Amino acid sequence: MLLLAVDTATPAVTVALHDGNSVVAESGQVDARRHGELLLPAVDRVLAEAGVKLDAVTGVVVGVGPGPYTGLRVGLVTAATFGSVLSVPVHGLCTLDGLAYAAGQGGLEGPFAVATDARRKEVYWARYEDPRTRVGEPAVDRPADIVEQLAGLPVVGAGAALYPDAFPDARGPEHVSAGALAALAAERLAAGAELLPPQPLYLRRPDAQVPKNYKVVTPK
Amino acid sequence: MADEPLVLGIETSCDETGVGIVRGTTLLADAVASSVDTHARFGGVVPEIASRAHLESMVPTIERALKEAGISARDLDGIAVTAGPGLAGALLVGVSAAKAYAYALNKPLYGVNHLASHICVDQLEHGPLPEPTMALLVSGGHSSLLLAPDITNDVRPLGATIDDAAGEAFDKIARVLNLGFPGGPVIDRLAKEGDPKAIAFPRGLSGSRDPAYDFSFSGLKTSVARWIEAKRAAGEEVPVRDVAASFQEAVVDVLTRKAVRACKDEGVDHLMIGGGVAANSRLRALAEERCERAGIRLRVPRPGLCTDNGAMVAALGAEMVARNRSASDLELSADSSLPVTDTHVPGSVHDHDHVHEISKDNLYS
Ligand SMILES: [Zn+2]
Repeated sequence: MLLLAVDTATPAVTVALHDGNSVVAESGQVDARRHGELLLPAVDRVLAEAGVKLDAVTGVVVGVGPGPYTGLRVGLVTAATFGSVLSVPVHGLCTLDGLAYAAGQGGLEGPFAVATDARRKEVYWARYEDPRTRVGEPAVDRPADIVEQLAGLPVVGAGAALYPDAFPDARGPEHVSAGALAALAAERLAAGAELLPPQPLYLRRPDAQVPKNYKVVTPK
Repeated sequence: MADEPLVLGIETSCDETGVGIVRGTTLLADAVASSVDTHARFGGVVPEIASRAHLESMVPTIERALKEAGISARDLDGIAVTAGPGLAGALLVGVSAAKAYAYALNKPLYGVNHLASHICVDQLEHGPLPEPTMALLVSGGHSSLLLAPDITNDVRPLGATIDDAAGEAFDKIARVLNLGFPGGPVIDRLAKEGDPKAIAFPRGLSGSRDPAYDFSFSGLKTSVARWIEAKRAAGEEVPVRDVAASFQEAVVDVLTRKAVRACKDEGVDHLMIGGGVAANSRLRALAEERCERAGIRLRVPRPGLCTDNGAMVAALGAEMVARNRSASDLELSADSSLPVTDTHVPGSVHDHDHVHEISKDNLYS
């Protein structure tokens, strides 16, 4: 097994290669504005570091978000294209699950929550029983509106660090890593579990305003 | 010829996910998935809806084009993609897919200019472009007069709209007349049954002191809307067909007059018309008439190649390969305002002088 994992749902552009037992090579960069520029060179670096070619990959893992739209699509379309050319399966994983798993690797046990920056003064978030077990579906909310639900819980991720008033017990890691995502995917695949389809979790409707009736131009 | 470059082109600058495959100047496949119906109720293209649709359609459209062309992706000589101009989020989906595709197949990647592609597509219809070619590009997003001595590295803007694009004016007038979106096809259809001389609408920027090659459609749009409102205010029925015909005539009169003038001034004996509005039947007819009178040969691709598509990107990509232009690198950016003079986006040269030159453009800000 050789899994190539990518995640561009958050400001982190992260790529990893996982052989079923451990992470072979990994890259993580944080730059919210350059996902498109950074991803492919990172894939190339990670493969070179591991000394393999892309066609050695047996499966692609991609973080499906939730995430602010533009960057999220870079990872998804890249994963789908690789899957098509290589004729290998493309597995989706919730990006928040990757962060929860990474927090578990860092020693956090649970329960806890994960929150990432959704911009517009909101966070994408989910609750976890333990690092491998999410409770319910991910959601997008204003921090103040979920303070009570999450009271007393440690909160993992950049969304927590951004709003210290709402989330006083912020924990690391701040950013998702494709290594953790790949490890989680490898574990689930080995257990015969189904992963998600590689489709985006936007959690918001597109901003689209129906233009009002055309503007009257005749002076009154 | 078997040694002509085999190139796949990807176009996602607006609401069409296009993938085309060409061999030199021969079209092998032209697959398009459009999200236009989703935008119709909003009266215009909604960027986020377009981007979402591109992501869904991208890989299936590539696979459909390959099947249609009956070739193996391994045989391609290059992957071309629209790097700009266009909607940023929409472009990014195509550019990311093209990079992944080129990387996975180990083929050169060519980020190319959308406007130059609109011109180059005519090679698939009428053979190699004469050099120089004069091009009039008209669509919902652009209205430009371009002189192209070499479509792969020398395209010069002579004029452009100073306000609305021609296609935008069609959409807006269609909205005023409650005809739906997009406005071009329906106005074209209704205008055929109307009198183009019924109402004398203004011809923008046509005075002797106005810029010779620039366009303006905002004043025309206002004038048409005002005329319709006056009719409605007087309780009279609006003669929709005559309004459509007279409005359309005002647009195509200015477009063709300026294009022919540019040809004469520059001593160019060919005029190419492209972009979605080039599908307009009256524009084609009037351009034909005026070009013939002026001794200019008119080249207009079939309507399906005038609107945004992947074949036009593949056509320009094939020309880049044929002329040995440098490929783009994996850092290629989607550039929503790529200037028309940047016909393609070659990779950064890893040479110290160049690095310094690039850094001036605030690389780190
Ligand atoms: Zn166009």
